[in-house]
Amino acid sequence: MPNFSTNEFKPGLKVMLDNEPCSILENEYVKPGKGQAFNRVKLRNLRSGRVLEKTFKSGDSLEGADVLDIDLEYSYTDGEFWYFMDPNTFEQHSADKAAVADAEKWLKEQEKFEVTLFNGAPLTVTPPNFIELEITETDPGLKGDTAQGGSKPATLSTGAVVRVPLFLSEGEVIRVDTRSGEYVSRASKV
Amino acid sequence: MSEWEPSAGIYELRARAAMLADVRAFMSSRSVMEVDTPSLGQFAITDPNIELFEVATSDGTRFLQSSPEYAMKRLLASGSGDIFQLGKVFRSGEHGGRHNPEFVMLEWYRVDWTHYQLIREVAELIAETLRLSTWQIWSLDALLEHFCQINLHDAAELELKVAAENAGIDVVGDLDKLDYLDLLMTHVVEPGIASWGLVFIVDFLEQQAALSRIIERGGNSVAARFEAYAHGVELANGYWEELNPDILMRRFEADNDLRASRGQLVRKIDERLISASRAGVPDCAGVAVGFDRLLMLAQGRSELSQVIPFSWPLA
Repeated sequence: MPNFSTNEFKPGLKVMLDNEPCSILENEYVKPGKGQAFNRVKLRNLRSGRVLEKTFKSGDSLEGADVLDIDLEYSYTDGEFWYFMDPNTFEQHSADKAAVADAEKWLKEQEKFEVTLFNGAPLTVTPPNFIELEITETDPGLKGDTAQGGSKPATLSTGAVVRVPLFLSEGEVIRVDTRSGEYVSRASKV
Repeated sequence: MSEWEPSAGIYELRARAAMLADVRAFMSSRSVMEVDTPSLGQFAITDPNIELFEVATSDGTRFLQSSPEYAMKRLLASGSGDIFQLGKVFRSGEHGGRHNPEFVMLEWYRVDWTHYQLIREVAELIAETLRLSTWQIWSLDALLEHFCQINLHDAAELELKVAAENAGIDVVGDLDKLDYLDLLMTHVVEPGIASWGLVFIVDFLEQQAALSRIIERGGNSVAARFEAYAHGVELANGYWEELNPDILMRRFEADNDLRASRGQLVRKIDERLISASRAGVPDCAGVAVGFDRLLMLAQGRSELSQVIPFSWPLA
């Protein structure tokens, strides 16, 4: 990978820092009139998601990180790896548990997920913001209770548990916000 | 915003025009003569922390000047008396919220003045422009003691490094003592004095003298140099000027040694400035004020691009 100098640190640039792939978030140039120039840089560690603040001498450089974001379809898991397929090339990628992480509970077959590849291997898996899933287990629905009020836990086809309104029952398909893990609405049946 | 449009609003540009006129009136009322020395010089400064734009001409490489200092000193040596220049200067690579590689500098020299007399005049200009009623003077070591609990003159590189770590600064790579001092200035002191209004910093380290003379202060040799900060923004840098051509020559050579050790291009030393110093530059104090930054603060803006017609990316 090429090296990037501090003046090329634009938001979104992927670089290697302490052997970890990072994405540049912000880059501020500071310099005393008669002194050394610095760049105050905010970076996100793409593996851990943690945001770091580092100061570099201006002109220093970092190696670029071989990082690529692509949309892949989830296929299946064998318990050890989770397999994703590129719908254009049919190429298959296997993600380990660390890469799948919290996305595991949203993994629905044939759904598209944003997979970040680092050196060609999945580093992180990001679910779509909204996903439609079937309720596989919940207390029986209460007829007529569509207005307001209570909620109950419901287990979805992927294993995620979300709180849903009381009137919903098993077999129904709901729309969920994966960022908050909250029920959004009833979806049309598959 | 489409790319043909200016980065500053028309209101700010009117304020800019008015401030250019105000500065000229300020200087004229004090009988300081306006000069306009060349932008394209055959020589340039040796400062290792300033990079220049080189221009190919039919008569060889010329340098866009990063400050009119050397040419103005040649005028002083010719008997010009008090002079000022208000014009564009150029520094390669300096681009950020408060930096534009092409900017307007107000530089002036007062014959037979010390830097303390000049500080008073700079305060009059800045305080008037920014409507600040008071200002204060701090020595660099007192500020470092106040904000970082270190004794600057005695401190080794390691103590500055620890102070930076204590301030939560995570720096990549190795720095020397002066670099750590610059780091503490930009990351700790500047934000710290942001609520103090107008602050002058004096008594810089000997190694930071640039073209200022060295004087004794409380048993330490310090540079007779000052900087002005308003609302935490560096606005001005001034010297009680070093006049001795041999001392200047040694500093230029030391600059070039440092440039060479860092892998930077070594600069041809401006022999015309040295010759002018041999002929005799009068005892004087000089200062450079960042005009765009002063305007930015006067307009209550936080980015230079908001007061420059077309900032670097749009130029």
